[in-house]
Amino acid sequence: MSAPVQTREVTWADVNRDVIRTVGMPGNTYFFWMTVIALTLACGVAAWTYQIYIGMGAAGKRTPQMWAMYITTFVFWIGIGHAGTLISAVLYLFRAKWRTSIYRGAEAMTIFAVMTAGLFPLIHAGRMWFAYWLMPYPNQRYLWPNFKSPLVWDVFAISTYMTISIVFFLVGLIPDIAALRDSATGIKKKIYTVMALGWEGSDTQWKHYRRAYGLFAALATPLVLSVHSVVSFDFAMALVPGWHSTLFAPFFVDGAIFSGFAMVLILILPMRYYFNWYAYITDRHLDAMAKLILVTGLVLTYFYVCEVFVAWYSGDHFERASVFAKATKQYAWAYWMMYFSNCVTPLIFLWKKARTNVTILYVVSIFVLIGMWLERFNIIVPGLAHDFYPYTWGTYYPTITDSTIIVGSFAWFFLLFMGFIRVMPSLSIVEVKEVLPHPLKHGHAVPHGGGH
Amino acid sequence: MAGTSVLGVFAHVDTTLQAIRELRAKGYPDLTVYTPVPVEEIEEEIEHIRPLSKVRFFTLIGALTGTTTGFFLTIWTSLKWDLITGGKAPVSIPPFIIIGFELTILFGGLATLLALLVLGRLPRLRPSPTYDPRFTLDRFGVAVACPAERAQAVSALLSAAGAEEVRR
Repeated sequence: MSAPVQTREVTWADVNRDVIRTVGMPGNTYFFWMTVIALTLACGVAAWTYQIYIGMGAAGKRTPQMWAMYITTFVFWIGIGHAGTLISAVLYLFRAKWRTSIYRGAEAMTIFAVMTAGLFPLIHAGRMWFAYWLMPYPNQRYLWPNFKSPLVWDVFAISTYMTISIVFFLVGLIPDIAALRDSATGIKKKIYTVMALGWEGSDTQWKHYRRAYGLFAALATPLVLSVHSVVSFDFAMALVPGWHSTLFAPFFVDGAIFSGFAMVLILILPMRYYFNWYAYITDRHLDAMAKLILVTGLVLTYFYVCEVFVAWYSGDHFERASVFAKATKQYAWAYWMMYFSNCVTPLIFLWKKARTNVTILYVVSIFVLIGMWLERFNIIVPGLAHDFYPYTWGTYYPTITDSTIIVGSFAWFFLLFMGFIRVMPSLSIVEVKEVLPHPLKHGHAVPHGGGH
Repeated sequence: MAGTSVLGVFAHVDTTLQAIRELRAKGYPDLTVYTPVPVEEIEEEIEHIRPLSKVRFFTLIGALTGTTTGFFLTIWTSLKWDLITGGKAPVSIPPFIIIGFELTILFGGLATLLALLVLGRLPRLRPSPTYDPRFTLDRFGVAVACPAERAQAVSALLSAAGAEEVRR
């Protein structure tokens, strides 16, 4: 999978052509994978149906392990959903130009990851048909949600994050859909005409668009940081040893960015290969992402060390016992695997060549995802397995039902993503063109913004 | 005086800019410029004849409405349905800040979307007569609305500035 040598400069027309050709009827390989994904998802749906019929016992939920793998996977997916808006909003405000080639894919990933995460509170609620009770609406009994509960904050944080991410994503898509509309024919043209909302790229439209986009980015930036902080409050506000810590908010946000970038790499690298986008997603982009993984990985290592240090330094018997149990008791394998995946494997990116080597990037990304899933597992399961009193201790055993649902959630995510890349431009036509040299008749073409 | 519009299609940023400058100098304020991507130089030039975007006022009003709603909702409901724990006051501001913050962002974002649609006149049901599909690819367009008798002069000006195609 080595990149072909770029012989000439990419023009604006090339960008339109290279992106638009990826939208349309896919080949057999695509349908093969979609079939595999759909079958996996069907297994997940069947398992969920079974769980609704039998009850939560089917998922291995027994005191004290009432959260177990569902909340682990929920936090994992919310974390994945972080990188997209980070790339589109924070890097936009910092004018990091390398974001343009990857942000569309990353934003789509964000939305689909949050949609996947959103399933878990429903799956995990024993009587999921009462899930709407979480929403604040006036009812006859005046049974309002308790706004002092972190779980209600979570509902607000995640639904706001999802809404804003979707709006941001769709607004970014409008000019690109207009480009699709102008090259399509027949029924496709009709559909894209409706979806492009009559976008023409006139100066008035661009003026409001640019202003609105900047404001979305400004609103989304604190939102990105707040969402995972609020998710971390679900734990930090509780009194369980190992959870009750002021460290949790930055720790969760950092871990989320770390795993989000790993997922971006996992999605972007095959896209670059199949769509032949080597001219747009270059070694520079891979290098930048690998550096971000390295930095967030090092910060995460620092937090891990802090966690152990604080437990020891606090002198609190239960905190110390909790850390000791995590590292040595029945879940020690998860603990040490997490350290290896999150702290050791990213260190290879200190070596420059590794940051652009596709195989190494892929393998490290998979390790990071495993490690980050295990991190949430290590907080939830061993945390609850060993709290204050020995009579409440208990080991959690996964069942086929909950494992199948979790595998199904991955299928759901990939189904949405794979569907998206065949109907919408998964590389931003407008933004990629914007950073290319603008066509000039007289004088040298300079990359946009380069001379300011 | 019958109005008409003349469209010049350009392939380059500098020729487009040239045409806009000359048109402004000659006193044609009613221009529409089509670009495949936002171009800073063209935007700066256009700013002379267009007011600044008002999107930010929508955002501000939306965000403030969100903050108010968040605090109103939480304070009002905890007074109405007071769950007193440990004899503490039912209204406790620190946790309500989170709801207030989230609704600030939510309402601010939705108001920005509304502003984009209202101010940018979207959705537009019919394409404007001067639109050309090449404007989403790699061509720039300058459409000038002018009295019919001056159309000839405008066409000549656009061609002289470097338009590769001029049509009325």
